[in-house]
Amino acid sequence: MAGQTGTPLVEMKDISISFGGIKAVDHVSVDLYPGEVVGLLGHNGAGKSTLIKCLSGAYQRDAGEILIDGRPAAISNPRDARRYNIETIYQTLALADNLDAASNLFLGRELVTSLGLMDEAAMEAETRRIMARLNPNFRKFAAPVSALSGGQRQSVAIARAVYFNARILIMDEPTAALGPQETQMVAELIGELKRQGLGIFLIDHDVHQVKALCDRAAVMKNGQLVGIVRVDEVTTDDILAMIIAGKKPAHLAD
Amino acid sequence: MQHVQTRSDAPARKSIFDSLELDTRLLGMIGAFVVLCLVFNLVTDGRFLTPRNIFNLTIQTVSVAIMATGMVFVIVTRNIDLSVGALLATCSAVMAMVQTVVLPDWLGLGLGHWAIAPLAIAAGLATGAVIGGFQGWLVGFLGIPAFIVTLGGLLVWRNVAWYLTNGQTIGPLDPTYQLLGGINGTLGESLSWGFGLAATVFALVYMATSRRNRRAHDFPVKPRWAEALLGLVVAGAILGFVAVLNAYDVPARRLARIFESRGEVMPEGFSAGYGLPFSVILLILIAAGMTVIARRTRFGRYVFATGGNPDAAALSGINTRWLTVKVFALMGVLCALSAVVASARLTFHSNDIGTLDELRVIAAAVIGGTALAGGSGTIYGAILGALIMQSLQSGMAMVGVDAPFQNIVVGAVLVLAVLVDILYRKRTGER
Repeated sequence: MAGQTGTPLVEMKDISISFGGIKAVDHVSVDLYPGEVVGLLGHNGAGKSTLIKCLSGAYQRDAGEILIDGRPAAISNPRDARRYNIETIYQTLALADNLDAASNLFLGRELVTSLGLMDEAAMEAETRRIMARLNPNFRKFAAPVSALSGGQRQSVAIARAVYFNARILIMDEPTAALGPQETQMVAELIGELKRQGLGIFLIDHDVHQVKALCDRAAVMKNGQLVGIVRVDEVTTDDILAMIIAGKKPAHLAD
Repeated sequence: MQHVQTRSDAPARKSIFDSLELDTRLLGMIGAFVVLCLVFNLVTDGRFLTPRNIFNLTIQTVSVAIMATGMVFVIVTRNIDLSVGALLATCSAVMAMVQTVVLPDWLGLGLGHWAIAPLAIAAGLATGAVIGGFQGWLVGFLGIPAFIVTLGGLLVWRNVAWYLTNGQTIGPLDPTYQLLGGINGTLGESLSWGFGLAATVFALVYMATSRRNRRAHDFPVKPRWAEALLGLVVAGAILGFVAVLNAYDVPARRLARIFESRGEVMPEGFSAGYGLPFSVILLILIAAGMTVIARRTRFGRYVFATGGNPDAAALSGINTRWLTVKVFALMGVLCALSAVVASARLTFHSNDIGTLDELRVIAAAVIGGTALAGGSGTIYGAILGALIMQSLQSGMAMVGVDAPFQNIVVGAVLVLAVLVDILYRKRTGER
């Protein structure tokens, strides 16, 4: 188990984001340690995705502070986030359907030759290499990703995050569109990445899955943080109660 | 692992077409084009497929084809540009005024100075880039729909052109500048052969290196015979095209005049073919350049990614707003190049130059397989689309179809082409 000692990988302190007067995220603080998986739970619209998007650079926070390795980080767009080795796997996968796996994997970070042209062969070779590790059954390297199954698409999205040596991985409902076998594959992968020392934020609706995969769970409701608990100290019912009632269970209340 | 993968990547292949890995859509278009040409040739008793007519067809296509290559990028990024004809007119007006008034009179270079043509063209390209970029900024940064921005641009730039020339026809244009118009500037027979051979060698070397590249990475490659056959077809097409344009002889009277102006006497029985027009070479270079941009540069990759999924592109760190500015600026530069070809072909700038070109350009791109939903389209398709449109128009003119009916047919063909494309995509399961 990851020891919560030393400097956290990520500290999000007192983050607030509002859209047109509505506070989507209201003074929320969470942290993440190396080799740790923190689940983010809550109803639709609780503010999980919004919170995490200000870490991935897709949204701007109105107030609060983000620290990476204990130092303040300036993240104002997805490029900045990538500089801090923050990779995101979005709920909507964020793949360009008309392009093939290699093009998607390297989108925004293409390998180029000395002439400044894209090195397609090198990119395809790298894609074949990493896919052999993540999803050995993957074959469709020449097809646009629109022709792939949900699981294949997911493995492209994950490959993209893993390939560039992410230290902080954000997964927004990574198994929402997947069958049982593919879900198992993602679960194993999360375990492996954790062992490699990555910090993972996992947004999920499935309480059982969070209990199985995560070290801690942060529950949000109406933009506010209900509480952060260690999953081995609570039952799934406790977590459900936090999600629904918005209150920490009595035996953990402090 | 690698071994297993390679084998399953190449399932048992049956048909020749599978082995050649050709774009079936491209084949369909070429097929339609060939049928069109043969029918017109039959109806006109062989007048359609003469070197002379093919030469004319080619130089008539250039202006629309140049713009169509840029329109592919615009439509792929889910935008549209309705202002290209008007922008062409403004660029043409700027270049006409620069070469007939600004440089010779205001700057005192005098007519016929060697620097006039390059400076005028540079001014035109700058005008196109700035106006195109400005429209792109309105679309990308201010969020005004491209349809509206360029519909406004259609009215604005057409009439800016009018004011630049006070509504007058400006000409004759500089003789050097006129070389880019088509028949007034051709490479001649031997140089055309040279160009054709160079292009053939380049194409074959390119095919060979990309095959070697794939082999080096252990990727599946086409069978050797398929590669050889493709190479043969490419070489035949390039050299055949050069042969046809070389076969169109310069009229004897024109040759005699040329000799006369040099103070020489034309030898008995002397004849010379036109060869490749400079405007066509310009189009070929633009087509090659645009294809490289589309396929091999990060900019091109981002254009297609943005068209396929704008959110994904933005989340991947692509600055899609700035990309929009660049795409429209590129479109503007291509409009300026088209303006050079169009006005040089006429030998003067006229008020109505480029009228309705926006429709021809969009139609060429769409007939060439560019999807209005964004994300897919090819440069060669757009050029072939332009060629099909022009062939249809001039073929009907040769047959003697009434002008109004010609437009009815062209309009119907556009709609029909898109319908065929939709049916094709449904069958192949493409999006």
